[in-house]
Amino acid sequence: MSDCDKNFKSFSTPIVVKLALGFVIVFVLFALFGQLLSPHEFRATSLFDRLKPPIGFGGTWTYPLGTDGRGRDLLVRLAVGAQITLIVAIVGTLVGAVLGSLLGIIAAAKRGPIEAFIIGAVDVQASLPIIVVALFVLAVFNSSFTLFLLLVGLNGWEVYARLMRGAVLSAKEHGYVMAIRALGASSFRIYFRHIFPNVLNIVLVQFTINLPLTVLLETALSFLGLGVQPPLTSLGQIMSEGRDRLLTAWWLTLFPGLIIFFLALSISIIGDWVRDRLDPTLRSEK
Amino acid sequence: MTGFILSKLLRAFITLLLTVSLVFIFIRFSGDPAAAMAPPDAPQEVIDYYAEKLGLDKPLWVQYTSYLAQIVKGDFGYSVDSGRSSVSLFLDRLPATLYLGGFSLLIALTVGISLGTVAALNRGNFLDRGVMAFSVFAFAMPNFLFGLAVILIGALGFQTYLGGQGASISWVGVLPPALTLGLASTGSYARFSRSSLLETINKPFLLAAEARGIPRTRRLFFHAMPNAAIPLVTLIGLSLGGLIAGSVVTEQVFAWPGVGQLLVRSVATRDIATVQFIVLAIAGTMVVANLLVDFLYLIIDPRIRVQ
Repeated sequence: MSDCDKNFKSFSTPIVVKLALGFVIVFVLFALFGQLLSPHEFRATSLFDRLKPPIGFGGTWTYPLGTDGRGRDLLVRLAVGAQITLIVAIVGTLVGAVLGSLLGIIAAAKRGPIEAFIIGAVDVQASLPIIVVALFVLAVFNSSFTLFLLLVGLNGWEVYARLMRGAVLSAKEHGYVMAIRALGASSFRIYFRHIFPNVLNIVLVQFTINLPLTVLLETALSFLGLGVQPPLTSLGQIMSEGRDRLLTAWWLTLFPGLIIFFLALSISIIGDWVRDRLDPTLRSEK
Repeated sequence: MTGFILSKLLRAFITLLLTVSLVFIFIRFSGDPAAAMAPPDAPQEVIDYYAEKLGLDKPLWVQYTSYLAQIVKGDFGYSVDSGRSSVSLFLDRLPATLYLGGFSLLIALTVGISLGTVAALNRGNFLDRGVMAFSVFAFAMPNFLFGLAVILIGALGFQTYLGGQGASISWVGVLPPALTLGLASTGSYARFSRSSLLETINKPFLLAAEARGIPRTRRLFFHAMPNAAIPLVTLIGLSLGGLIAGSVVTEQVFAWPGVGQLLVRSVATRDIATVQFIVLAIAGTMVVANLLVDFLYLIIDPRIRVQ
């Protein structure tokens, strides 16, 4: 293969990435409109229709994916669960990215005691796995959806802060910053209008790493019964409810589990691919 | 070099102090700790008794210093559930977690590094792609799903329950949860050792070794791998530090009687004393593991000593 071919190949999208993109699109559509697929309401119980199997395993079209122990339609519950998981994943990852980047920029801009304090906070967070922090806070405070969102959002903020601080510190030494400063720009303008766009790549790369981790964190906490609380539901929560009926009603754990797995898989495949585009230093290695 | 060690020690101490302070602040501002310590339907006198016992009538900084003093003395309070000290509850559960975590780390290290080495040596061909695909799969597979699948396969295929054998020292009992727990880190060890080895293989000193006529296997095992292993030390340190925290979900799935299960149960019953101690213990192991990694670098990588 000639060099030219190789370069051309690197610009076409691999089939795995296309499949992953396809899955994510279907997932988002399902999360947004999946409730329309079923006439049932996600909290509506029906004691006569408990533990109905899905179609193909003795089920009927009334409940295409079967029902749970309270006779609730699994299809509509999966749609609502997907919606909640999607919201938590996106909002949570954004919270971490914004908070972490902001603290990183502030640390690099202000130096002195503020920087020392932020570095201290980063060290503390780095020594406490996020799942432990989440468990501690949920033990102390009453669980609520907002609190849960914030907790999931804390996932990985320290990485953004550390990366941003380093990047901004080195960007500060560049000639263009000195030039803008000499022109009399305010420091807010220097950092957010000029330096930030130059280091944005780092935030985006980290975002693609964090998004699947956030999905897994949300589903793990909900699986432990400490995340999203009933009557609201999420994919992890549906799984944890189905866990006790693993042998008799396998569809309650299998379907949400597979969705979580393929979602995390697709996002990380897309993330890997985006990272290759954004970070030219990685490209030569592959 | 003494300066390096001292600064690392100081930083570790500050991190621990900050963690303890944060835990203190959270517990004090989350509501009435006395009411939390007392049984739910306790009369006001009991709550007042606890408040006085905890020193809640004193100013905040007095409370803080006495909290620090208690921690230094090793007094971390008593579990509301069982009335036992949180330390003894933790120590009861620790061996099971260490057994499970140690076993899974062993699997992750041996399998992960072997896979990574195979991938690096077969760069670009199907073996390499297979290993990389496995590492992406392992990363995306939630351990609660994998664990449940393992249990299901055991139940349907072998008519046995693969889990909950507890800390009884048996290979068969620990293998399913250890595989579940180790899956994700096996993937990351494979990926990490592959890229580290690839980077090392392209270094000039290996070309020089080849030029001196050193055989290929000797170059790989005595020249490339020791150097490629240096960055892996950080990852191993992280795994050691995260041993307790990492097993929370897996222990829950397999009903493994370890610290993770204790933590989840204590959170559910709001047993603050126990939760607080486990959190501090996890932070402590993480900080110590990081410190060990830093010092280990001094020994294995002489280049750092020169700087």
